[in-house]
Amino acid sequence: MTSMLQSLHQTWRYRGFVLGSVKRDFQAKYHQSLMGVLWTLIQPLAMILVYTLVLSQVMKTKLPGVETGNGYSYSIFLCAGLLTWGLFAEIVSKSQTLFIDNANLLKKVNFPSATLPLILMLSALVNFGIIFGLFLLFLIISGQWPGWVILCLLPVLAVQLMLSIGLGLVLGVLNVFFRDVGQFFTVFLQFWFWLTPIVYPASVLPSYLQPYLFANPFYGLTASYQHILLHQQWPEFANLAWPLLFSVLLCFLGVHLFSRHAGEMVDEL
Amino acid sequence: MTAISVKGLGKAYKQYNNRWLRLLDWLSPGSKQWHRLNWVLQDLEFEVQAGEALGIIGVNGAGKSTLLKIITGTTQATTGQVQLQGRVAALLELGMGFHPDFTGRQNAMMAAQLQGLSAQEIQQLMPSIEAFAEIGPSIDAPVRIYSSGMQMRLAFSVATAIRPDVLIVDEALSVGDAYFQHKSFERIREFQKSGTTLLLVSHDKAAIQSICNRALLLSHGRKVMEGEPEHVMNHYNALLSDRKGDSIQVSTTAAGHKSTQSGTGEVVIQQVQLFKQNSEATETLLTGEMARLQLLAQVMSPVAELVVGVMIKDRLGQVVFGVNTFHSQQVLTELRAEEKIELNLEFEANLGPGHYSVTVALHAGPDHVQSNYDWRDLALVFEVVNVSKEEFVGVTWLPHTLRIQHE
Repeated sequence: MTSMLQSLHQTWRYRGFVLGSVKRDFQAKYHQSLMGVLWTLIQPLAMILVYTLVLSQVMKTKLPGVETGNGYSYSIFLCAGLLTWGLFAEIVSKSQTLFIDNANLLKKVNFPSATLPLILMLSALVNFGIIFGLFLLFLIISGQWPGWVILCLLPVLAVQLMLSIGLGLVLGVLNVFFRDVGQFFTVFLQFWFWLTPIVYPASVLPSYLQPYLFANPFYGLTASYQHILLHQQWPEFANLAWPLLFSVLLCFLGVHLFSRHAGEMVDEL
Repeated sequence: MTAISVKGLGKAYKQYNNRWLRLLDWLSPGSKQWHRLNWVLQDLEFEVQAGEALGIIGVNGAGKSTLLKIITGTTQATTGQVQLQGRVAALLELGMGFHPDFTGRQNAMMAAQLQGLSAQEIQQLMPSIEAFAEIGPSIDAPVRIYSSGMQMRLAFSVATAIRPDVLIVDEALSVGDAYFQHKSFERIREFQKSGTTLLLVSHDKAAIQSICNRALLLSHGRKVMEGEPEHVMNHYNALLSDRKGDSIQVSTTAAGHKSTQSGTGEVVIQQVQLFKQNSEATETLLTGEMARLQLLAQVMSPVAELVVGVMIKDRLGQVVFGVNTFHSQQVLTELRAEEKIELNLEFEANLGPGHYSVTVALHAGPDHVQSNYDWRDLALVFEVVNVSKEEFVGVTWLPHTLRIQHE
């Protein structure tokens, strides 16, 4: 516990480094491109366009529970799940290789290594903030603004961040010792995406599959986002219990693995 | 006050015969170990007092870098502990994490933040960092167009922007041009004068001897010797030629000097003597006088090749002059046992006043590293006094003409 507090204190002392790194990450990404920050937007926008066209227009899929009477429903439904999943996927897949990518720094410079996941998370949040901010702007303009209930996004987002960073830490540490973990998880993430009702509503699944959906810790999160943004209602917080428990467990496991193997990790890199 | 205290320090890396064993190691709950430990450092004990400078010497793979990494804190020790007092700065690898697309200034910022400095402190330090690096307007150009020397300058300047209490320097410093090397050593010396404790790893004899008060010799992860830099350096040189596992002996000469001797013994040095021009043995020479150094050796068992080398060193152990029969193309070949060797070096003693020592070596090939029959440090010590020339400073007398004018 004292070591936890110590590392928190250390991280605070290095806040200049953390914020500077986040800023540099952002600049580095767009330094040499003409359109710069626009690329942050183009990528998810293209994805949203593809899904909207293919699923709701071309395939004329019936999406029960999504149609609430206006043309934007599916797009809002999609954005609610897709943008947040994008944040999750970015954090987790970058965490996998976090320690491997920073091998030289870890070996040669004495600094609190707990700052690395923090930098990663903040960088991802900046990108997410831009695209999600734009989405919120779209909600206001199209008259779909959900009102105060939007604040409910924050606790859901908090649980999601815990899940991402906990899982990321576990994978990041394991990947240093067993490189198969990274390879496996990249494949697994694809399946996980399609097993989560993000581009399709949960109600299209056969009823015998429905109970199993709750085993997926991301389902509770996605459902809450969709509830808030599309139906403009309070989410059912009970649905968040399992994701929260799962995230807390992962965080403990991650911190445990990290503090126990941090030293050995440097030897292995 | 003790600045660095190392107690019972050991470092072992885990080794697995195959990757699956590591998985077993992680998953098996019992105490059974599936790895072997490969010890690179063992039972290290030493202390460095505040303001002292300790040199760490050893052949590649002796564990020097691992030791520095443990003291710096990036690598964890397997056994024992390290205690440090005050702010530590490490120059393990300069220019770590420089991003090529950012300007020198931005990268300097980043490097300073990595040391835990706040934005405000960095703002204050920036002008002095720029001034010391001396890279001019390039500070605002991307690092990708920097020469490696410029990157070094900037990196060193940032790393030493604040005087640390403990400074750890790896061989990193030997890069950069002579001017900047000089400048950076000057800064390190200044730090030392102000009380910074210094830990220096180097193969550069001159660096160790001119900066360090004490040296520590590592071999196979253990401390072999600790003491006067000159003395430890001699032992290290002996160790270099000791690859075949022959003996190294240290004996004390009549004058109280510690002489290091090593070699495989096919040919042995029997006598080293210094003569004046009139063939009178001496231990004192006058500056500019003609002298003759005589070396007698005997072949104990046949050797295919023999090179004889002689080196004169000053009081600090710096080589003033060295020569051998390989470079003079006088290599002796196919020597039979019982043959006697005599080498005479006649020279003009254009040396400054002071004490000098003679190191002699018998070996094959251009230097003593390849195969060393006999090597002796401090085989002879002599003094040079200046009576015939006007007073001058330095270790050597240069024949010269001095002109001065005024109108």
